[in-house]
Amino acid sequence: MADTTDVVTTPGSDMDPGVVRRFPSLRTAPKPVRSLARYAGIIPFVAYIAIFLIVPLIAIVVGSFQNPQTNAFTWSNVNTAVHGSYLHGFEQALILSLIASVIPGVFGLLIAYAIYTARGRGAASLRRVVITASGVFANFGGVPLAFLFIASLGSSALVTGWLSDIGANIYNWGFSLYDLSGVALVYMYFQIPLMVLIILPALEGLRPAWREAAENMGARSWQYWRYVGGPVLLPSFMSCLMVLFGSALAAYATAEALTTGTIPLTSIQIGTFLNGNVLAGQENVGKALSLGMVVIIAILMVFYILFQRRAAKWLR
Amino acid sequence: MATLTSAAGQAISPDNSKKRRRPRERSSAWRWAILLVAGVYFLVPLYAALRFAGLSGFKDVFTTPGFGSSLWLSIRLAAVTWIVSMLLMIPTTVYVHLRMPGLRRLLEGVTILPIVIPPVVLIIGVLQVMPLALRASVWLLALEYVVLAMPFAYRALDAGLRAIDVKTLTEAAGSLGAGWLSTMWRVILPNMRTAVISATILIVALVLGEFTMASLDLKQTFPVWIVLFDQENAQISVAASIFALFVTWVFLMLITVIATRQSRRTGGGEVTLFTVAPQQTIGN
Repeated sequence: MADTTDVVTTPGSDMDPGVVRRFPSLRTAPKPVRSLARYAGIIPFVAYIAIFLIVPLIAIVVGSFQNPQTNAFTWSNVNTAVHGSYLHGFEQALILSLIASVIPGVFGLLIAYAIYTARGRGAASLRRVVITASGVFANFGGVPLAFLFIASLGSSALVTGWLSDIGANIYNWGFSLYDLSGVALVYMYFQIPLMVLIILPALEGLRPAWREAAENMGARSWQYWRYVGGPVLLPSFMSCLMVLFGSALAAYATAEALTTGTIPLTSIQIGTFLNGNVLAGQENVGKALSLGMVVIIAILMVFYILFQRRAAKWLR
Repeated sequence: MATLTSAAGQAISPDNSKKRRRPRERSSAWRWAILLVAGVYFLVPLYAALRFAGLSGFKDVFTTPGFGSSLWLSIRLAAVTWIVSMLLMIPTTVYVHLRMPGLRRLLEGVTILPIVIPPVVLIIGVLQVMPLALRASVWLLALEYVVLAMPFAYRALDAGLRAIDVKTLTEAAGSLGAGWLSTMWRVILPNMRTAVISATILIVALVLGEFTMASLDLKQTFPVWIVLFDQENAQISVAASIFALFVTWVFLMLITVIATRQSRRTGGGEVTLFTVAPQQTIGN
Protein backbone atom coordinates (compact mmCIF):
# COMPACT_ATOMS: atom_id res chain seq x y z
CA MET A 1 0.00 0.00 0.00
CA ALA A 2 2.82 2.35 0.91
CA ASP A 3 4.35 1.71 -2.51
CA THR A 4 1.28 2.95 -4.30
CA THR A 5 1.11 6.26 -2.46
CA ASP A 6 4.79 6.79 -3.16
CA VAL A 7 4.30 6.47 -6.91
CA VAL A 8 1.27 8.72 -6.94
CA THR A 9 2.85 11.57 -4.99
CA THR A 10 6.20 11.57 -6.76
CA PRO A 11 6.53 14.49 -9.16
CA GLY A 12 7.40 13.50 -12.67
CA SER A 13 5.94 10.02 -12.32
CA ASP A 14 4.41 10.43 -15.76
CA MET A 15 7.92 9.95 -17.17
CA ASP A 16 9.04 6.90 -19.08
CA PRO A 17 9.58 4.31 -16.31
CA GLY A 18 12.91 3.26 -17.78
CA VAL A 19 14.29 6.77 -17.34
CA VAL A 20 13.10 6.92 -13.76
CA ARG A 21 14.84 3.69 -12.90
CA ARG A 22 18.19 4.59 -14.47
CA PHE A 23 18.40 8.19 -13.33
CA PRO A 24 16.57 8.20 -9.99
CA SER A 25 17.94 11.63 -9.04
CA LEU A 26 16.35 13.09 -12.16
CA ARG A 27 12.92 12.27 -10.85
CA THR A 28 12.68 15.55 -9.02
CA ALA A 29 14.74 17.62 -11.46
CA PRO A 30 13.01 20.36 -13.46
CA LYS A 31 12.23 19.61 -17.08
CA PRO A 32 15.06 21.53 -18.82
CA VAL A 33 17.63 19.71 -16.70
CA ARG A 34 16.07 16.39 -17.56
CA SER A 35 16.19 17.09 -21.28
CA LEU A 36 19.77 18.30 -20.98
CA ALA A 37 20.72 15.14 -19.10
CA ARG A 38 19.73 13.13 -22.14
CA TYR A 39 22.69 14.66 -23.93
CA ALA A 40 25.07 13.23 -21.30
CA GLY A 41 25.40 10.03 -23.31
CA ILE A 42 27.04 11.75 -26.26
CA ILE A 43 29.43 13.92 -24.23
CA PRO A 44 32.44 11.58 -24.68
CA PHE A 45 31.93 11.56 -28.44
CA VAL A 46 31.46 15.32 -28.68
CA ALA A 47 34.50 15.93 -26.48
CA TYR A 48 36.66 13.60 -28.58
CA ILE A 49 35.61 15.26 -31.85
CA ALA A 50 36.20 18.68 -30.31
CA ILE A 51 39.71 17.88 -29.09
CA PHE A 52 41.03 15.88 -32.02
CA LEU A 53 39.20 17.46 -34.95
CA ILE A 54 37.55 20.80 -34.23
CA VAL A 55 40.25 22.45 -32.10
CA PRO A 56 43.03 21.62 -34.63
CA LEU A 57 40.86 23.06 -37.41
CA ILE A 58 40.24 26.24 -35.43
CA ALA A 59 43.98 26.49 -34.77
CA ILE A 60 44.57 26.43 -38.54
CA VAL A 61 42.06 29.19 -39.20
CA VAL A 62 43.37 31.37 -36.36
CA GLY A 63 47.02 30.68 -37.22
CA SER A 64 46.43 31.71 -40.83
CA PHE A 65 45.89 35.27 -39.63
CA GLN A 66 48.60 35.40 -36.98
CA ASN A 67 52.14 36.67 -37.02
CA PRO A 68 54.21 33.64 -35.90
CA GLN A 69 56.37 35.74 -33.55
CA THR A 70 53.98 38.23 -32.02
CA ASN A 71 50.66 36.41 -32.56
CA ALA A 72 49.27 39.74 -33.78
CA PHE A 73 46.66 39.78 -36.54
CA THR A 74 48.14 39.91 -40.04
CA TRP A 75 47.18 39.32 -43.65
CA SER A 76 50.73 38.47 -44.65
CA ASN A 77 50.36 34.65 -44.39
CA VAL A 78 47.33 34.61 -46.64
CA ASN A 79 49.03 37.14 -48.89
CA THR A 80 52.13 34.93 -49.24
CA ALA A 81 49.94 31.86 -49.81
CA VAL A 82 48.26 33.36 -52.86
CA HIS A 83 51.41 34.69 -54.53
CA GLY A 84 54.55 33.35 -56.15
CA SER A 85 55.42 29.69 -55.74
CA TYR A 86 52.37 29.00 -53.57
CA LEU A 87 50.01 30.44 -56.16
CA HIS A 88 51.82 28.20 -58.65
CA GLY A 89 51.18 25.29 -56.26
CA PHE A 90 47.46 26.00 -56.21
CA GLU A 91 47.44 26.27 -60.01
CA GLN A 92 49.28 22.98 -60.42
CA ALA A 93 47.04 21.25 -57.87
CA LEU A 94 43.91 22.52 -59.63
CA ILE A 95 45.22 21.51 -63.07
CA LEU A 96 46.17 18.07 -61.78
CA SER A 97 42.78 17.65 -60.08
CA LEU A 98 41.01 18.74 -63.25
CA ILE A 99 42.90 16.23 -65.41
CA ALA A 100 42.63 13.50 -62.80
CA SER A 101 38.89 14.00 -62.42
CA VAL A 102 37.61 14.70 -65.95
CA ILE A 103 39.45 11.89 -67.77
CA PRO A 104 38.69 9.24 -65.13
CA GLY A 105 35.17 10.65 -64.92
CA VAL A 106 34.51 10.09 -68.61
CA PHE A 107 36.33 6.77 -68.72
CA GLY A 108 34.63 5.54 -65.55
CA LEU A 109 31.26 6.51 -67.00
CA LEU A 110 32.04 4.55 -70.16
CA ILE A 111 33.00 1.46 -68.14
CA ALA A 112 29.91 1.77 -65.95
CA TYR A 113 27.74 2.19 -69.05
CA ALA A 114 29.43 -0.77 -70.73
CA ILE A 115 28.69 -3.12 -67.86
CA TYR A 116 25.26 -1.62 -67.23
CA THR A 117 24.06 -2.22 -70.77
CA ALA A 118 25.76 -5.59 -71.24
CA ARG A 119 23.18 -8.23 -72.08
CA GLY A 120 23.16 -11.92 -72.73
CA ARG A 121 25.24 -14.76 -71.35
CA GLY A 122 27.89 -13.77 -68.82
CA ALA A 123 26.61 -10.21 -68.43
CA ALA A 124 25.70 -10.68 -64.77
CA SER A 125 29.09 -12.14 -63.89
CA LEU A 126 30.86 -9.42 -65.92
CA ARG A 127 29.06 -6.82 -63.84
CA ARG A 128 29.97 -8.62 -60.64
CA VAL A 129 33.65 -8.90 -61.55
CA VAL A 130 33.92 -5.23 -62.58
CA ILE A 131 32.14 -3.96 -59.46
CA THR A 132 34.23 -6.08 -57.10
CA ALA A 133 37.43 -5.13 -58.90
CA SER A 134 36.42 -1.45 -58.70
CA GLY A 135 35.92 -1.78 -54.97
CA VAL A 136 39.40 -3.23 -54.60
CA PHE A 137 41.19 -0.80 -56.94
CA ALA A 138 39.45 2.27 -55.51
CA ASN A 139 41.05 1.33 -52.20
CA PHE A 140 44.51 0.77 -53.73
CA GLY A 141 45.84 4.21 -53.07
CA GLY A 142 48.88 5.73 -51.55
CA VAL A 143 52.37 4.39 -51.28
CA PRO A 144 51.99 0.88 -52.73
CA LEU A 145 50.29 2.33 -55.80
CA ALA A 146 53.21 4.67 -56.45
CA PHE A 147 55.63 1.74 -56.41
CA LEU A 148 53.43 -0.29 -58.72
CA PHE A 149 53.85 2.45 -61.30
CA ILE A 150 57.54 3.03 -60.62
CA ALA A 151 58.05 -0.65 -61.46
CA SER A 152 56.10 -0.38 -64.69
CA LEU A 153 56.52 3.16 -66.07
CA GLY A 154 59.69 4.41 -64.38
CA SER A 155 62.37 5.68 -66.76
CA SER A 156 63.91 2.22 -67.23
CA ALA A 157 61.00 0.01 -66.16
CA LEU A 158 59.21 -2.85 -67.85
CA VAL A 159 56.39 -1.13 -69.74
CA THR A 160 58.60 1.82 -70.72
CA GLY A 161 60.95 -0.77 -72.26
CA TRP A 162 58.13 -2.49 -74.15
CA LEU A 163 56.92 0.82 -75.50
CA SER A 164 60.38 1.93 -76.66
CA ASP A 165 60.86 -1.50 -78.30
CA ILE A 166 57.93 -0.70 -80.56
CA GLY A 167 59.30 2.76 -81.17
CA ALA A 168 57.30 4.70 -78.62
CA ASN A 169 59.82 6.34 -76.34
CA ILE A 170 57.40 8.09 -74.04
CA TYR A 171 60.11 9.85 -72.06
CA ASN A 172 61.27 11.56 -75.26
CA TRP A 173 57.71 12.68 -75.86
CA GLY A 174 57.63 14.72 -72.68
CA PHE A 175 56.05 12.15 -70.39
CA SER A 176 57.59 11.56 -67.01
CA LEU A 177 56.21 9.48 -64.20
CA TYR A 178 57.66 12.01 -61.79
CA ASP A 179 55.91 15.15 -63.03
CA LEU A 180 52.30 16.22 -63.37
CA SER A 181 51.48 13.93 -66.31
CA GLY A 182 52.78 10.89 -64.43
CA VAL A 183 51.02 11.75 -61.19
CA ALA A 184 47.76 12.27 -63.10
CA LEU A 185 48.16 8.88 -64.76
CA VAL A 186 48.73 7.21 -61.39
CA TYR A 187 45.77 9.00 -59.75
CA MET A 188 43.51 7.56 -62.42
CA TYR A 189 44.23 4.14 -60.97
CA PHE A 190 42.01 4.89 -57.98
CA GLN A 191 39.84 7.57 -59.62
CA ILE A 192 38.41 5.44 -62.45
CA PRO A 193 37.12 2.66 -60.18
CA LEU A 194 35.77 5.26 -57.77
CA MET A 195 33.83 6.82 -60.65
CA VAL A 196 32.44 3.44 -61.70
CA LEU A 197 31.15 2.86 -58.17
CA ILE A 198 29.55 6.25 -57.65
CA ILE A 199 28.01 6.72 -61.12
CA LEU A 200 26.41 3.24 -61.33
CA PRO A 201 23.41 4.14 -59.12
CA ALA A 202 22.69 7.12 -61.40
CA LEU A 203 22.83 4.91 -64.50
CA GLU A 204 20.47 2.48 -62.85
CA GLY A 205 18.08 5.40 -62.41
CA LEU A 206 17.78 5.84 -66.19
CA ARG A 207 14.49 4.06 -66.85
CA PRO A 208 14.48 1.70 -69.84
CA ALA A 209 10.96 2.99 -70.45
CA TRP A 210 12.32 6.42 -71.35
CA ARG A 211 14.53 4.96 -74.03
CA GLU A 212 11.67 2.87 -75.38
CA ALA A 213 9.40 5.89 -75.42
CA ALA A 214 12.04 7.89 -77.31
CA GLU A 215 12.53 5.09 -79.83
CA ASN A 216 8.81 4.70 -80.32
CA MET A 217 8.68 8.35 -81.25
CA GLY A 218 11.43 7.72 -83.78
CA ALA A 219 14.39 9.14 -81.87
CA ARG A 220 17.83 7.99 -82.93
CA SER A 221 20.45 7.02 -80.38
CA TRP A 222 22.16 10.42 -80.40
CA GLN A 223 18.82 12.16 -80.10
CA TYR A 224 17.97 10.07 -77.05
CA TRP A 225 21.28 11.04 -75.42
CA ARG A 226 20.99 14.68 -76.47
CA TYR A 227 17.44 15.26 -75.24
CA VAL A 228 16.69 12.58 -72.62
CA GLY A 229 19.57 10.53 -71.24
CA GLY A 230 22.17 13.28 -71.21
CA PRO A 231 20.16 15.94 -69.39
CA VAL A 232 19.00 13.40 -66.79
CA LEU A 233 22.49 12.05 -66.21
CA LEU A 234 24.40 15.33 -66.32
CA PRO A 235 23.76 16.51 -62.73
CA SER A 236 24.79 13.11 -61.32
CA PHE A 237 27.86 13.10 -63.53
CA MET A 238 28.82 16.58 -62.37
CA SER A 239 28.35 15.74 -58.69
CA CYS A 240 30.54 12.65 -59.17
CA LEU A 241 33.17 14.88 -60.80
CA MET A 242 33.13 17.05 -57.66
CA VAL A 243 33.90 13.98 -55.55
CA LEU A 244 36.75 12.96 -57.88
CA PHE A 245 38.13 16.50 -57.91
CA GLY A 246 38.17 16.65 -54.13
CA SER A 247 39.75 13.23 -53.89
CA ALA A 248 42.55 14.24 -56.28
CA LEU A 249 43.09 17.56 -54.53
CA ALA A 250 43.37 15.99 -51.07
CA ALA A 251 45.70 13.17 -52.16
CA TYR A 252 49.15 13.44 -50.67
CA ALA A 253 50.73 10.03 -50.15
CA THR A 254 50.79 8.96 -53.80
CA ALA A 255 52.35 12.17 -55.08
CA GLU A 256 54.84 12.33 -52.22
CA ALA A 257 55.95 8.71 -52.63
CA LEU A 258 56.21 9.12 -56.40
CA THR A 259 58.05 12.40 -56.62
CA THR A 260 59.56 12.70 -53.11
CA GLY A 261 57.98 16.13 -52.97
CA THR A 262 59.62 17.65 -56.05
CA ILE A 263 56.44 18.78 -57.80
CA PRO A 264 54.78 21.92 -56.47
CA LEU A 265 51.33 20.78 -55.35
CA THR A 266 49.55 22.52 -52.50
CA SER A 267 49.20 19.34 -50.44
CA ILE A 268 52.93 18.65 -50.84
CA GLN A 269 53.80 22.26 -50.01
CA ILE A 270 51.74 22.05 -46.81
CA GLY A 271 53.72 18.95 -45.93
CA THR A 272 57.06 20.74 -46.32
CA PHE A 273 56.03 23.20 -43.61
CA LEU A 274 56.00 20.31 -41.17
CA ASN A 275 59.36 19.04 -42.36
CA GLY A 276 60.94 22.23 -41.11
CA ASN A 277 62.22 23.73 -44.39
CA VAL A 278 60.60 27.07 -43.72
CA LEU A 279 61.85 30.63 -43.99
CA ALA A 280 61.77 32.60 -40.75
CA GLY A 281 58.52 34.54 -40.41
CA GLN A 282 56.67 32.20 -42.77
CA GLU A 283 55.85 29.48 -40.23
CA ASN A 284 52.14 30.16 -40.51
CA VAL A 285 51.96 30.17 -44.31
CA GLY A 286 51.35 26.41 -44.17
CA LYS A 287 48.19 27.09 -42.21
CA ALA A 288 47.08 29.70 -44.73
CA LEU A 289 47.63 27.12 -47.50
CA SER A 290 45.57 24.62 -45.51
CA LEU A 291 42.84 27.20 -45.14
CA GLY A 292 42.92 27.76 -48.89
CA MET A 293 42.51 24.04 -49.45
CA VAL A 294 39.58 23.84 -47.03
CA VAL A 295 37.94 26.78 -48.82
CA ILE A 296 38.32 25.07 -52.21
CA ILE A 297 36.87 21.84 -50.82
CA ALA A 298 33.99 23.74 -49.22
CA ILE A 299 33.17 25.26 -52.63
CA LEU A 300 33.28 21.78 -54.18
CA MET A 301 30.91 20.54 -51.48
CA VAL A 302 28.43 23.32 -52.24
CA PHE A 303 28.43 22.41 -55.93
CA TYR A 304 28.21 18.74 -55.02
CA ILE A 305 25.08 19.37 -52.96
CA LEU A 306 23.54 21.56 -55.69
CA PHE A 307 24.15 18.95 -58.39
CA GLN A 308 22.89 16.19 -56.10
CA ARG A 309 19.69 18.08 -55.46
CA ARG A 310 19.22 18.60 -59.17
CA ALA A 311 19.93 14.91 -59.85
CA ALA A 312 17.43 13.80 -57.20
CA LYS A 313 14.65 15.44 -59.22
CA TRP A 314 14.88 12.68 -61.80
CA LEU A 315 16.44 9.76 -60.01
CA ARG A 316 13.92 8.57 -57.44
CA MET B 1 15.36 -4.14 -72.72
CA ALA B 2 17.20 -4.97 -75.94
CA THR B 3 15.00 -7.96 -76.69
CA LEU B 4 11.91 -5.95 -75.90
CA THR B 5 12.65 -3.18 -78.39
CA SER B 6 13.76 -5.51 -81.16
CA ALA B 7 10.60 -7.57 -80.71
CA ALA B 8 8.54 -4.41 -80.95
CA GLY B 9 10.48 -3.34 -84.04
CA GLN B 10 9.89 -6.69 -85.70
CA ALA B 11 6.20 -6.52 -85.05
CA ILE B 12 5.97 -3.21 -86.88
CA SER B 13 8.29 -3.85 -89.80
CA PRO B 14 11.08 -6.42 -90.22
CA ASP B 15 13.16 -3.94 -92.23
CA ASN B 16 13.37 -1.55 -89.34
CA SER B 17 14.68 -4.20 -86.95
CA LYS B 18 17.57 -5.06 -89.28
CA LYS B 19 18.58 -1.43 -89.41
CA ARG B 20 18.60 -1.29 -85.65
CA ARG B 21 20.57 -4.43 -85.07
CA ARG B 22 23.69 -3.26 -86.84
CA PRO B 23 24.51 -0.33 -84.52
CA ARG B 24 23.92 -2.59 -81.55
CA GLU B 25 26.60 -4.99 -82.76
CA ARG B 26 28.99 -2.10 -83.25
CA SER B 27 28.26 -0.87 -79.73
CA SER B 28 29.14 -4.33 -78.44
CA ALA B 29 32.62 -4.04 -80.02
CA TRP B 30 32.92 -0.65 -78.37
CA ARG B 31 32.10 -2.25 -75.02
CA TRP B 32 34.88 -4.82 -75.33
CA ALA B 33 37.36 -2.15 -76.44
CA ILE B 34 36.65 -0.11 -73.30
CA LEU B 35 36.93 -3.11 -71.02
CA LEU B 36 40.14 -4.22 -72.74
CA VAL B 37 41.78 -0.82 -72.25
CA ALA B 38 40.68 -0.83 -68.61
CA GLY B 39 42.01 -4.37 -68.13
CA VAL B 40 45.40 -3.44 -69.57
CA TYR B 41 45.63 -0.27 -67.49
CA PHE B 42 44.77 -2.03 -64.25
CA LEU B 43 46.57 -5.33 -64.63
CA VAL B 44 49.84 -4.44 -66.38
CA PRO B 45 51.24 -2.40 -63.44
CA LEU B 46 50.50 -5.34 -61.13
CA TYR B 47 52.31 -7.71 -63.47
CA ALA B 48 55.23 -5.31 -63.93
CA ALA B 49 55.59 -4.89 -60.17
CA LEU B 50 55.61 -8.64 -59.62
CA ARG B 51 58.28 -9.03 -62.31
CA PHE B 52 60.31 -6.15 -60.89
CA ALA B 53 60.29 -7.42 -57.32
CA GLY B 54 61.13 -10.96 -58.40
CA LEU B 55 61.44 -13.88 -56.04
CA SER B 56 64.56 -12.45 -54.43
CA GLY B 57 62.75 -9.22 -53.52
CA PHE B 58 60.06 -11.16 -51.71
CA LYS B 59 62.64 -13.31 -49.94
CA ASP B 60 64.68 -10.30 -48.79
CA VAL B 61 61.82 -8.09 -47.71
CA PHE B 62 61.03 -10.07 -44.58
CA THR B 63 64.62 -10.01 -43.35
CA THR B 64 65.35 -6.38 -44.16
CA PRO B 65 66.09 -4.21 -41.11
CA GLY B 66 63.08 -2.08 -40.24
CA PHE B 67 60.51 -4.40 -41.79
CA GLY B 68 59.65 -6.06 -38.51
CA SER B 69 59.80 -2.99 -36.29
CA SER B 70 57.78 -0.76 -38.65
CA LEU B 71 55.16 -3.44 -39.22
CA TRP B 72 54.98 -4.03 -35.46
CA LEU B 73 54.47 -0.30 -34.87
CA SER B 74 51.66 -0.25 -37.45
CA ILE B 75 50.03 -3.28 -35.83
CA ARG B 76 50.20 -1.72 -32.35
CA LEU B 77 48.74 1.53 -33.71
CA ALA B 78 45.92 -0.45 -35.33
CA ALA B 79 45.21 -2.20 -32.02
CA VAL B 80 45.07 1.04 -30.00
CA THR B 81 43.00 2.76 -32.70
CA TRP B 82 40.60 -0.16 -32.65
CA ILE B 83 40.21 -0.17 -28.85
CA VAL B 84 39.62 3.59 -28.60
CA SER B 85 37.26 3.56 -31.61
CA MET B 86 35.14 0.80 -30.19
CA LEU B 87 35.01 2.28 -26.68
CA LEU B 88 33.96 5.60 -28.15
CA MET B 89 31.74 4.65 -31.07
CA ILE B 90 29.75 1.63 -29.85
CA PRO B 91 28.20 3.31 -26.77
CA THR B 92 27.63 6.52 -28.73
CA THR B 93 25.85 4.89 -31.68
CA VAL B 94 23.77 2.66 -29.39
CA TYR B 95 22.82 5.61 -27.20
CA VAL B 96 21.86 7.74 -30.18
CA HIS B 97 19.79 4.94 -31.67
CA LEU B 98 17.94 4.37 -28.42
CA ARG B 99 17.52 7.78 -26.91
CA MET B 100 18.07 10.47 -29.51
CA PRO B 101 17.29 9.13 -32.98
CA GLY B 102 16.86 12.74 -34.03
CA LEU B 103 20.61 13.20 -33.70
CA ARG B 104 21.44 10.47 -36.18
CA ARG B 105 21.54 12.80 -39.17
CA LEU B 106 23.77 15.22 -37.29
CA LEU B 107 26.10 12.41 -36.27
CA GLU B 108 26.24 11.23 -39.86
CA GLY B 109 27.21 14.73 -40.94
CA VAL B 110 29.88 15.10 -38.27
CA THR B 111 31.41 11.72 -39.04
CA ILE B 112 31.69 12.67 -42.72
CA LEU B 113 33.97 15.60 -41.86
CA PRO B 114 37.18 13.55 -41.63
CA ILE B 115 36.65 12.41 -45.24
CA VAL B 116 36.21 15.99 -46.41
CA ILE B 117 39.18 17.47 -44.54
CA PRO B 118 42.45 16.26 -46.06
CA PRO B 119 44.70 14.48 -43.54
CA VAL B 120 47.58 16.76 -44.53
CA VAL B 121 45.49 19.72 -43.34
CA LEU B 122 44.34 18.02 -40.15
CA ILE B 123 47.84 16.99 -39.05
CA ILE B 124 49.17 20.54 -39.34
CA GLY B 125 46.52 21.71 -36.87
CA VAL B 126 47.02 18.72 -34.62
CA LEU B 127 50.77 19.25 -34.32
CA GLN B 128 50.06 22.88 -33.51
CA VAL B 129 47.67 22.37 -30.60
CA MET B 130 48.68 19.12 -28.94
CA PRO B 131 50.94 19.24 -25.88
CA LEU B 132 54.58 18.25 -26.43
CA ALA B 133 54.31 15.03 -24.43
CA LEU B 134 51.59 13.76 -26.73
CA ARG B 135 53.37 14.95 -29.87
CA ALA B 136 56.49 13.04 -28.89
CA SER B 137 54.59 9.81 -28.35
CA VAL B 138 53.52 7.49 -31.16
CA TRP B 139 50.05 7.20 -29.67
CA LEU B 140 49.00 10.62 -30.91
CA LEU B 141 48.78 8.95 -34.32
CA ALA B 142 46.41 6.31 -32.98
CA LEU B 143 44.20 8.98 -31.41
CA GLU B 144 44.00 10.81 -34.75
CA TYR B 145 43.40 7.58 -36.66
CA VAL B 146 40.29 7.18 -34.51
CA VAL B 147 39.07 10.41 -36.12
CA LEU B 148 40.06 9.27 -39.63
CA ALA B 149 38.38 5.89 -39.13
CA MET B 150 35.22 7.40 -37.67
CA PRO B 151 33.28 7.70 -40.97
CA PHE B 152 33.84 4.03 -41.74
CA ALA B 153 33.37 2.80 -38.18
CA TYR B 154 30.19 4.82 -37.74
CA ARG B 155 28.68 3.65 -41.00
CA ALA B 156 29.40 0.01 -40.24
CA LEU B 157 28.04 0.20 -36.67
CA ASP B 158 25.00 2.24 -37.71
CA ALA B 159 24.13 -0.30 -40.40
CA GLY B 160 24.50 -3.11 -37.86
CA LEU B 161 22.22 -1.38 -35.36
CA ARG B 162 19.58 -0.69 -37.97
CA ALA B 163 19.48 -4.39 -38.81
CA ILE B 164 18.44 -5.34 -35.25
CA ASP B 165 15.61 -4.09 -33.08
CA VAL B 166 17.67 -2.40 -30.40
CA LYS B 167 14.70 -0.93 -28.55
CA THR B 168 12.90 -4.23 -28.05
CA LEU B 169 16.12 -5.96 -27.07
CA THR B 170 16.97 -3.30 -24.47
CA GLU B 171 13.48 -3.23 -23.05
CA ALA B 172 13.41 -7.02 -22.83
CA ALA B 173 16.78 -7.02 -21.09
CA GLY B 174 15.63 -4.24 -18.77
CA SER B 175 12.44 -6.04 -17.79
CA LEU B 176 14.52 -9.09 -16.94
CA GLY B 177 16.49 -6.91 -14.55
CA ALA B 178 19.66 -6.26 -16.55
CA GLY B 179 21.50 -2.97 -16.01
CA TRP B 180 23.00 -0.76 -18.72
CA LEU B 181 26.37 -2.50 -18.77
CA SER B 182 24.94 -5.97 -18.72
CA THR B 183 22.46 -5.14 -21.51
CA MET B 184 25.27 -3.72 -23.60
CA TRP B 185 27.71 -6.53 -23.05
CA ARG B 186 25.39 -9.53 -23.06
CA VAL B 187 22.56 -8.47 -25.37
CA ILE B 188 23.48 -5.69 -27.81
CA LEU B 189 27.12 -6.51 -28.54
CA PRO B 190 26.55 -10.17 -29.44
CA ASN B 191 23.79 -9.03 -31.79
CA MET B 192 25.99 -6.59 -33.66
CA ARG B 193 28.98 -8.89 -33.92
CA THR B 194 29.22 -8.69 -37.73
CA ALA B 195 29.03 -4.90 -37.68
CA VAL B 196 31.84 -4.79 -35.14
CA ILE B 197 33.93 -7.16 -37.25
CA SER B 198 33.37 -5.03 -40.38
CA ALA B 199 34.35 -1.89 -38.50
CA THR B 200 37.41 -3.67 -37.13
CA ILE B 201 38.65 -4.72 -40.55
CA LEU B 202 38.07 -1.25 -41.99
CA ILE B 203 40.03 0.31 -39.13
CA VAL B 204 42.90 -2.14 -39.46
CA ALA B 205 43.11 -1.68 -43.24
CA LEU B 206 43.10 2.10 -42.83
CA VAL B 207 45.76 2.21 -40.12
CA LEU B 208 48.08 -0.23 -41.91
CA GLY B 209 47.93 1.87 -45.09
CA GLU B 210 47.98 5.42 -43.72
CA PHE B 211 51.04 7.36 -44.85
CA THR B 212 50.34 11.11 -44.77
CA MET B 213 49.93 11.69 -41.05
CA ALA B 214 52.56 9.17 -40.00
CA SER B 215 55.22 10.59 -42.29
CA LEU B 216 54.50 14.20 -41.29
CA ASP B 217 54.50 13.21 -37.63
CA LEU B 218 57.92 11.59 -38.30
CA LYS B 219 56.89 8.14 -37.10
CA GLN B 220 58.22 5.14 -38.99
CA THR B 221 55.11 3.08 -39.64
CA PHE B 222 55.05 0.43 -42.34
CA PRO B 223 54.11 2.69 -45.31
CA VAL B 224 56.65 5.29 -44.21
CA TRP B 225 59.33 2.61 -44.04
CA ILE B 226 58.51 1.46 -47.59
CA VAL B 227 59.19 4.95 -48.93
CA LEU B 228 62.32 5.50 -46.85
CA PHE B 229 63.72 2.22 -48.02
CA ASP B 230 63.23 3.08 -51.68
CA GLN B 231 66.40 5.15 -51.61
CA GLU B 232 68.49 2.07 -50.86
CA ASN B 233 66.76 -0.74 -52.69
CA ALA B 234 63.74 -0.13 -54.90
CA GLN B 235 63.23 -3.85 -55.42
CA ILE B 236 62.48 -4.36 -51.75
CA SER B 237 60.17 -1.34 -51.67
CA VAL B 238 58.17 -2.78 -54.57
CA ALA B 239 58.03 -6.20 -52.93
CA ALA B 240 56.83 -4.62 -49.68
CA SER B 241 54.22 -2.64 -51.64
CA ILE B 242 52.84 -5.78 -53.22
CA PHE B 243 52.79 -7.38 -49.78
CA ALA B 244 50.84 -4.39 -48.43
CA LEU B 245 48.39 -4.46 -51.36
CA PHE B 246 47.85 -8.16 -50.85
CA VAL B 247 47.11 -7.68 -47.14
CA THR B 248 44.64 -4.85 -47.91
CA TRP B 249 42.99 -6.95 -50.56
CA VAL B 250 42.55 -9.89 -48.17
CA PHE B 251 41.00 -7.55 -45.58
CA LEU B 252 38.56 -6.10 -48.08
CA MET B 253 37.54 -9.53 -49.31
CA LEU B 254 36.97 -10.59 -45.70
CA ILE B 255 34.55 -7.71 -45.14
CA THR B 256 32.60 -8.55 -48.29
CA VAL B 257 32.27 -12.18 -47.24
CA ILE B 258 31.12 -11.23 -43.74
CA ALA B 259 28.71 -8.59 -44.96
CA THR B 260 27.25 -10.94 -47.55
CA ARG B 261 26.65 -13.53 -44.86
CA GLN B 262 25.00 -10.94 -42.65
CA SER B 263 22.90 -9.63 -45.50
CA ARG B 264 21.72 -13.14 -46.33
CA ARG B 265 20.72 -13.67 -42.71
CA THR B 266 18.83 -10.41 -42.41
CA GLY B 267 17.41 -10.63 -45.92
CA GLY B 268 19.19 -7.49 -47.14
CA GLY B 269 20.08 -6.73 -50.73
CA GLU B 270 23.17 -7.61 -52.72
CA VAL B 271 26.41 -6.60 -51.05
CA THR B 272 29.24 -5.06 -52.99
CA LEU B 273 32.51 -3.91 -51.58
CA PHE B 274 31.38 -0.33 -51.95
CA THR B 275 28.29 -0.68 -49.80
CA VAL B 276 30.45 -1.80 -46.88
CA ALA B 277 33.71 -0.01 -47.59
CA PRO B 278 33.30 3.48 -49.00
CA GLN B 279 36.44 4.48 -50.78
CA GLN B 280 39.25 5.43 -48.44
CA THR B 281 40.42 8.69 -49.90
CA ILE B 282 42.37 9.01 -46.70
CA GLY B 283 44.99 6.49 -47.83
CA ASN B 284 45.87 8.36 -50.99
